[in-house]
Amino acid sequence: MKTLKGALFPVAVLLLWEIGMRASGIQSDSLAPPSQIAVAFYEALFDGTVLDRTAQTLFVVICGLGIGGGLALVFSVLMGLVPAFARLMQFSIEVLRPVPPVALIPVAMLIFGFGFPMEITLCAFACFWPVAIYGHAAIANIEPQLLDVSRVLRLSPVARVFKIVLPAALPRYFVGFRLSAAVSLIIAVTVEITINPLGVGFELMKASQSLHPDRMFAMLLWIGVIGGGLNWALLFAQRRLFGRAGLAAAR
Amino acid sequence: MSGLERSLWYLGSIAVTALLVGLWQFVADHGGIPPVFLPGPDKAWDALMSGLASGPIAKVTLATLRRMIYGWVLASLAGVALGALIGSSRQARDYLGPTLEMIRPVPVSAFMPIVIAFLGLSGDMVLVVIALGAIWPVLLATVHGVSAVEPRLVELSRMLKLGRLAMLWKIALPNAQPDILAGARLGLTVSLVLTVVGEMLTSQNGLGYYVLLEGRAFHSANLFAGVILLGAIGLVSNLALQAAEARLLRWSRR
Repeated sequence: MKTLKGALFPVAVLLLWEIGMRASGIQSDSLAPPSQIAVAFYEALFDGTVLDRTAQTLFVVICGLGIGGGLALVFSVLMGLVPAFARLMQFSIEVLRPVPPVALIPVAMLIFGFGFPMEITLCAFACFWPVAIYGHAAIANIEPQLLDVSRVLRLSPVARVFKIVLPAALPRYFVGFRLSAAVSLIIAVTVEITINPLGVGFELMKASQSLHPDRMFAMLLWIGVIGGGLNWALLFAQRRLFGRAGLAAAR
Repeated sequence: MSGLERSLWYLGSIAVTALLVGLWQFVADHGGIPPVFLPGPDKAWDALMSGLASGPIAKVTLATLRRMIYGWVLASLAGVALGALIGSSRQARDYLGPTLEMIRPVPVSAFMPIVIAFLGLSGDMVLVVIALGAIWPVLLATVHGVSAVEPRLVELSRMLKLGRLAMLWKIALPNAQPDILAGARLGLTVSLVLTVVGEMLTSQNGLGYYVLLEGRAFHSANLFAGVILLGAIGLVSNLALQAAEARLLRWSRR
């Protein structure tokens, strides 16, 4: 019953949209009836453009997440284990973090030009912060007794990081990575729309500028599917991997 | 840790930042990187100061600030109003909630080409996109805050026979205030991002377009000056809202 109620609104909007456009007979450069959008989506899916563009965007999202998140992982472990380092970095973080990643688009353009490297760099910059902040909090919240154990066992610093700290902090790190993945997709699509001729964002912009509303709405829908799918998959993995620990970490 | 010790550490962290800026200066002067790609902080600072005093920077900054704040205010007002309507009615939540959840993961910038198709590359388009994008954090936070009122307060409002509006105004909205303010803060960040992107796309007079142009012309000192300014806007607006939050929410901390 509840899902039925939830489905009612979007279905009604689509129906009204379709009927309204057909009844009025409007030929528009900015709006297409849902049936045409569905056809355009089907065509784009099977001539390969959608899949190619999606692969490009996902490649950027994953590389950005890997590089930015990886650096943040190392940085946050350092901050967590060496409190003096964390305190000394505080001001730099406060100053750098509010820089909007899109403001760096011209800088990345200047250095790399069009293509994958500039987009990946911007995604990596944006992905750095959630992982670093969640990771630092995760390590600060590790049960002190666990660290005592590592001291009693006389673990080397490296063994301590890999055997005690990272496993204990993993659920929160995952939350940081999940947020970063969403950020990475947002930045990738934004950069593609703004300037970079790659990926789903570029395809969307192209459809808009060549006055193909059916294709434009199909791409918007597809970007929504990618965003929703990414979010769903990571939430699912979080629940699967960490169960209740994952839920507690998200708080 | 005592207050004095904490301030000493903080001073230390400022010194580290100064050190990093010094490193930037050193690399720019002696690192063999052409100044076209990496101007030193001294050159960027000069460009910033002369641009603010006599150049175009002051004007484009004002245009950007105005756009960002208009869009954000519009989005926040609409977000609170819509959110209160949806959050306070179980029916509305059942019917509209799933749709909101469906739209939520779509990157907001993806709506830009759609709005461009309707409004063209104009200043209005930028404002509409900012408002459309910045409304989400506020809207979702308000829905959550208004629907998560302490059950005893709901019972109380029923006892007092409060009407729906009075209940919203006197109980639900004040209760949702922490959520709304947090949402508004996120909304301001979103609105800065969308302002910059919108200006870049539509070539509207503003900091976003300014940095894009200066970058294309390889005027890297001006480019870095613009980026520094955008970072400062992000920092200051966030700090201002944090301060406002702390002041407005004094009652909720004990």
